Amino acid sequence: MLTDAEVERIARLARLELTDSEKVSLKKDLSSILDYVAKLDATDTTGVEPLYQTTGVVNSTRTDEARGEFPMTPTLEELLIGQAPARKERFVKVKSILSKK
Amino acid sequence: MIPEKITIKSALEGLARRDFSAGELFNHYQKRIVQLNPNLNAYLTMFETAQAGEGPLAGIPCAIKDNILIEGTRTTAGSKMLENYISAYDATVIKKLRAAGATFLGKTNLDEFAMGTSTENSAYGPTKNPMDHSRVPGGTSGGSAAAVAADLALFALGSDTGGSIRQPASLCGVVGLKPTYGRVSRHGLIATASSLDQIGCLTKTVYDAALVLNTLCGHDIFDSTTVKNSVPDFTAKLDLSIKGLRVGVPKEFFSAGLSAEVEERIKASIKVLEKLGCEIKEISLPNFEYALAAYYIINPAEISANLARFDGIRYGHSSDHAESLLDTYVQSRSEGFGPEPKRRIMLGTYALSSGYYDAYYLKAQKVRALIKKDFNDAFQNVDIIVGPTAPNTAFKLGEKISDPLALYLEDIYTVSVNLAGLPGISVPCGLGSKSNMPVGLQIIGKSFDEEIILRVAHQFESLQNRDKLSS
Repeated sequence: MLTDAEVERIARLARLELTDSEKVSLKKDLSSILDYVAKLDATDTTGVEPLYQTTGVVNSTRTDEARGEFPMTPTLEELLIGQAPARKERFVKVKSILSKK
Repeated sequence: MIPEKITIKSALEGLARRDFSAGELFNHYQKRIVQLNPNLNAYLTMFETAQAGEGPLAGIPCAIKDNILIEGTRTTAGSKMLENYISAYDATVIKKLRAAGATFLGKTNLDEFAMGTSTENSAYGPTKNPMDHSRVPGGTSGGSAAAVAADLALFALGSDTGGSIRQPASLCGVVGLKPTYGRVSRHGLIATASSLDQIGCLTKTVYDAALVLNTLCGHDIFDSTTVKNSVPDFTAKLDLSIKGLRVGVPKEFFSAGLSAEVEERIKASIKVLEKLGCEIKEISLPNFEYALAAYYIINPAEISANLARFDGIRYGHSSDHAESLLDTYVQSRSEGFGPEPKRRIMLGTYALSSGYYDAYYLKAQKVRALIKKDFNDAFQNVDIIVGPTAPNTAFKLGEKISDPLALYLEDIYTVSVNLAGLPGISVPCGLGSKSNMPVGLQIIGKSFDEEIILRVAHQFESLQNRDKLSS
């Protein structure tokens, strides 16, 4: 069973703020899922290489040059920058990194 | 007049004979959606105009799962996080469908960010199963499956991370095809778990699936995991004999958890394959029982990384009462994500965190290698593997929603196919004797051998239809 402190630590790492009822239900759900996946311990994986992808494609490279598939237009600019909650001209505006408190 | 029981094939014939026009076909489907969607909730967005082009799917109206981008239109991924998000570009599959002449009716409902097995995790309400409105359509491509089953589209695109095309196809009684990982570009698909996600189609017939697959495949410079293999015409060899084809039936598929009515239909389907001249062999996938556990580490781990991009800065939901940059991240994410994404982000973050990485993520990826090896070994002796798509027929809305693990178990027969990157298809094989709801037969092939699973599925479907007509 995960502890309350562990649930809070994971939430902090995941950039989530949980309500008290979310903490209770996540503690229960995550614990039961972790109990279930613990069955992997029964497998012998000595000397087995992990499989991260299945196609066997290795080092898919391309020439380092502008391909021009997305010519910038006012419409595209609006779709890319205009959906940010705050902007200044062609820039996305964010809140200050350092706290004023 | 648009005929009932129309398929892509018969629609193309009707258009060629000028029985109806592409405009009439589009309007016909629009009217059906307006009439039937309020009850089903299969579509989240409807498009007003058809932009029919020329090509092999000219004038064919289709539905697109709402995690695939269509330029200038809303894509929600079933989440409040993207309630007002307008796609900046076309997904590669959308470009390909446009080039083939298909038209888009709208965007279909899904579990939030494609996490679930019942479409009940959508922030926009569940989709209902067209065969019985008190039951789920499966998920996560539940809107796409319901749209095809209710004839609200001639075909639909879905995405399959752990069964999300095949399982809803099975529960709604339609054909669902997940191609080999690397066959179809994921560019413009909102990522769930990048090493598992693959786009595919839901159709009324296997022939239609082959026809749609023809347009979807191919290498894409925007997705470096796509392969440069040549793409055959998948419709060309559907009728070649399958006499003597070796069909593997894993004994592990018929164990605890499989409902009696599904088992009954699958065993009857294996008899049908025998009648078609296939040689049935019992095989073993020794690590099958570990697939779901490995999947529910790898999938949340990749999700926690992919969903880190939703931070309230560039697009998507942004909290309006955040005071600092960190507040913006935390509050936007906490307000925008629903329960299942939060659950998986937490699980994935834990599995990847310092001190736990080796025990969970690395271990799961090693077990994944064992699962892939089991398939490789099996395919030394058989040409295809068959079994159930899902352990149960469509369950009742709300029946399993409070127990995440019970929902995860619905994926038990499909996840190993994603872990190994193989192609799989679910083809309807009758109704369960207890629930009277559809059952799907899953056919799994070797990597990049979609041709053979389509051929077997097509001939299985044809024989079933003949038997139905003669009985």
